[in-house]
Amino acid sequence: MQHVLRNPVVERVSGLLFGNRAHRGWIFSLALYVLLIAIGFVYLQPLLFMFITSIKSPDDLLNPMVQWVPTELFLGNYEKAILVLNYSQTLLSSLLISVIPSLLQTAVASVIGYGLARYRFRGKRLIFLFLLATFIIPPQNTVIPQMLAYRDLGLLGNPLALILPAVMGQGFRSAIFILIFYQGFISLPKVLEESARLDGASDLRIFLTVAVPSALPSYIVAFIFSTVWYWNETFLTVIFLEGGVTTLPMQLSRFTQAYENLYPPGTVNIFDRLNEAVKMSGTFLNILPLLVMYFVLQRWFVESVEMTGITGE
Amino acid sequence: MREALTGYGFVLIWVVGFLFFTLIPLVETARYSVNRVTVTASAINLDFVEWANYSRALFTDPNFVELLIGYTIETLVSVPIVLIFAMIIAMFLNLKFKLKGIFRVIFFLPIVITSGPVIRELTAQGAASAPGISTIPAVVDFLATLPRALRSPVEYLLTSFVLILWFSGVQIMIYLASLQKIDRSVYEAAAIDGASSWETFWKIILPSLSTATVVNAVYTIVTLSHFSENKVIQYIYSQTYSVQGGLGYASAMAFIYFAVMIVLLAVVYLFLMQRAKRS
Repeated sequence: MQHVLRNPVVERVSGLLFGNRAHRGWIFSLALYVLLIAIGFVYLQPLLFMFITSIKSPDDLLNPMVQWVPTELFLGNYEKAILVLNYSQTLLSSLLISVIPSLLQTAVASVIGYGLARYRFRGKRLIFLFLLATFIIPPQNTVIPQMLAYRDLGLLGNPLALILPAVMGQGFRSAIFILIFYQGFISLPKVLEESARLDGASDLRIFLTVAVPSALPSYIVAFIFSTVWYWNETFLTVIFLEGGVTTLPMQLSRFTQAYENLYPPGTVNIFDRLNEAVKMSGTFLNILPLLVMYFVLQRWFVESVEMTGITGE
Repeated sequence: MREALTGYGFVLIWVVGFLFFTLIPLVETARYSVNRVTVTASAINLDFVEWANYSRALFTDPNFVELLIGYTIETLVSVPIVLIFAMIIAMFLNLKFKLKGIFRVIFFLPIVITSGPVIRELTAQGAASAPGISTIPAVVDFLATLPRALRSPVEYLLTSFVLILWFSGVQIMIYLASLQKIDRSVYEAAAIDGASSWETFWKIILPSLSTATVVNAVYTIVTLSHFSENKVIQYIYSQTYSVQGGLGYASAMAFIYFAVMIVLLAVVYLFLMQRAKRS
């Protein structure tokens, strides 16, 4: 038995199948792919379900034979959903409401993170403690007085209601971004800073010319995360913006009502009644801009994540 | 001295913002929670009621405590699943294989999509449950035989399995980042010493992921607790505008919820810390 296993041919075959030190075996690779594809499918299944349902015609919806393959590509649901969502307008406000606070939040978080990483001063530990607190405290513990204050200032329904906290480092999940920048800046070599100081650069100038360019990956990560999280946020947007600005997720959350305003239930024929296909079209339209952004930026994004090495040590 | 002043200059805006947008509103909400609050067009009237709002939430309200228990169960079920799942996926993605880019794109996707209304629509259509399992008659029968205390976590697990996985995008990323920090030569040294991959995992990989695990656990609890489709949050929000409840009652519930969340964080944190120390 022993000498059979030692046989070079047997050794090569078993190496191919089960792997050896230098190479992973076929069986292991196969198992890896099977697992990854299975889990990947579980991940994508809701999206596939959403997309396929969204292109089903009313006939296909009622037909129990049609599960995953619609008989035709039906775009009527999208036409309705675009109308109901008031797509061009809500898309634009969603973009504004997510991109502007994100830009400001990212910029401000980098300034604060830099201050915490590069200077020694008393009370820093306290600031870190409170920083963590701003991440943990649920929004409903602070939102009511904020809302009342905004009401007195006439800022309800105004995008400033989201922009002001972002500018002061208290935007949506700002603490995470400050910590990302803190991590990035703390590993910046002191030598760079000192040589700039010898050239007579001021602290602000050192920040802008030495620190900012070195932290480009952190900026990319922070901006993308920030945009996505502001886009998806509904609790705060509903409270602060209701009546002024309508974002896509806000409009989606009252989709049924908006649909019935456009197509009153008693007056439309059976094919124009609200069905799940129209709802799924609306949901898909809601995430479509994010998907597009994600697929355009994903390469950049993944690389930046690796370069910033978000771990929070 | 000069250095400290410049440092304060950089963080000053945060301190001011913290006062105005976090500390003052927090104190204000605490004040509301012990008052009956009536809001008129011109002013906010407070009427001191001591702990009435709190005792109403805990002892008279038929829904709130039940929602809190549900939230606690869901969190305690979700956290280990998210952590284990994220760790496994991150270890897969840390291997070298073809098409890695595509799988990375897929597993990071949930970071982009997990918004309240989208999830609500998907859950309503049944697209978020473990495909088909929870409707199999045998499973339904099996669930019926379980004691009530055990049934609801299992039921939650089955109906929200995909949802739980969808909450692990950021966690996968954090694990992956810390896996990539482990020096390749450590694995080689272990292999030369004759360590099996099983031993390598328990002796090298897991201990070096302990920081990331604590970060991920905290992150998961906070995200689940702040998620806008969270039933407790929705209930508190609905009470804010109800005539019966009002701002004072909603504020008291917000603080109770916060306290439960802190306890959950502390329990999970201490548990993980103890494990990390032992290994």
